[in-house]
Amino acid sequence: MPEIAVTEPAIAVENLKKIYKAGTAVAGISFALRAGSITALLGGNGAGKTTTIAMIMGLVAPTEGRVSVLGTDMAQNRHSVLHRMNFESPYVDMPMRLTVRQNLRVFGNLYGIPDVRGRIGELANDLDLNEFLDRPTGKLSAGQKTRVSLAKALLNRPEVLLLDEPTASLDPDTADWIRTRLEDYRAAHGATILLASHNMGEVERLCERVIMMKRGVIEDDDTPQNLLAKYGRKNLEEVFLDIARGRGVASEAAQ
Amino acid sequence: MTTPNPAIAFSPRRIGAMVLRYWYLMRSSWPRLLELIYWPMVQMLMWGFLQSYVTENATFFARAGGTFIGAVLLWDLLFRGQLGFSISFLEEMWARNMGNLMMSPLRPAEFVIALMAMSLVRLAIGMVPVTLVAMWFFQFNVYSLGFALAAFFLNLILTSWSVGIVVSGVVLRNGMGAEGLAWTIMFLLLPLTCVYYPVATLPYALQIVAWALPPTYVFEGMRALLIEHTFRADLMAWALVLNVVYFAGAVAAFLKLLESARRQGSLMQTGE
Repeated sequence: MPEIAVTEPAIAVENLKKIYKAGTAVAGISFALRAGSITALLGGNGAGKTTTIAMIMGLVAPTEGRVSVLGTDMAQNRHSVLHRMNFESPYVDMPMRLTVRQNLRVFGNLYGIPDVRGRIGELANDLDLNEFLDRPTGKLSAGQKTRVSLAKALLNRPEVLLLDEPTASLDPDTADWIRTRLEDYRAAHGATILLASHNMGEVERLCERVIMMKRGVIEDDDTPQNLLAKYGRKNLEEVFLDIARGRGVASEAAQ
Repeated sequence: MTTPNPAIAFSPRRIGAMVLRYWYLMRSSWPRLLELIYWPMVQMLMWGFLQSYVTENATFFARAGGTFIGAVLLWDLLFRGQLGFSISFLEEMWARNMGNLMMSPLRPAEFVIALMAMSLVRLAIGMVPVTLVAMWFFQFNVYSLGFALAAFFLNLILTSWSVGIVVSGVVLRNGMGAEGLAWTIMFLLLPLTCVYYPVATLPYALQIVAWALPPTYVFEGMRALLIEHTFRADLMAWALVLNVVYFAGAVAAFLKLLESARRQGSLMQTGE
């Protein structure tokens, strides 16, 4: 079970900035995520979602600001908390020549899992991997690869799970199947999940909070229901378009 | 294997996991295994036949029997040691797996130790058959060098790791555009470390450069052993001192380059 106090945010981001030579990717954002919540980070291409997630993971060093995960400052002490978090991203792959079982065994050992074989067996059942557990990872379909990436992300039963477009390029059936597994995992383990997605249906179904980003800043931050009411829209896709095209909230639009 | 606290600073289990990862990869691909043996074998045969020819036609080389084959075997040890380290590292870049590793509890020091271990595994697979063929074809038994061989090996492998560590850091920081360094950088040392000729052959200015490089001491030591039948412990001690300095410098450079890669966002990229 999570080792954190109920009141402490699982992820806290304070005045986070990332400035590259080519320009500003993230321009000073702040938010805190409640433990056990599922939050979406939304925004168009280049909004700063992936950079924000990479800074939370510690893969990218912030230019300014602070990231704290499970009470640990990621800049100072990330290695003390990495075994309690995990991630999935389309920007990384698992070694293709290794079989699914071999990959999961390697990562199981990296994450210090006590009974790696048993855990792989559990995940193979939960995520329906048994059929291709001994097949090279590179020979799997996109949907199968996503399931394997999810298995890797859940290997250590993370308290914090970061997902960058977890259902991108999947057919609707597989995508729905993945969402159900994520809901089940959160319900069973009380994990905090932050996901970046372009799929608004996914966000409406999974997330209790939506952080809308545009050009490196947070444009809005609320529950899906409140965003729909605020913008006077029927679905999040319309809200997304309003924000992306700078149309503002419903009251402003009326004026 | 034991189950350590994943948050601890150093974990043999995590190092073992990485070695296992590379072992799985090597086992799954016969071209990878063949590549380990192929070029050292070609080199050894070519220099071995050349040596056989010149020893039959020159009295000095008749006395210096084995120096060519000895040099080529030790050079391959140096070159293959670095290549074994760097290729294991590059496998992660080619597989787009670096983000997974950097986000896992694996520490940079553990990653480097795993790469060093794989460099030894790859060397053993590549070089042992070649040394056996050298015994059979040219009656050159490198193992008869005994303790001296251990001293040569230690110094050469330390140099190869230092170079491998720096190259890996540069690739991490600058992307796959720097991959070529892994294949070519060691050839800079080929003329400067006097693999096939004495240091005295070089112009004076280059002799100073040569004596700043640990492998030079090893190749001079090998010639002293094979020609004069003298083990030069002083040369090995100097090489070791230089190696310790270079290895520490290489680790510091790797950590700096890793930090720089984090600042530049290079760990999320795997392209050029």
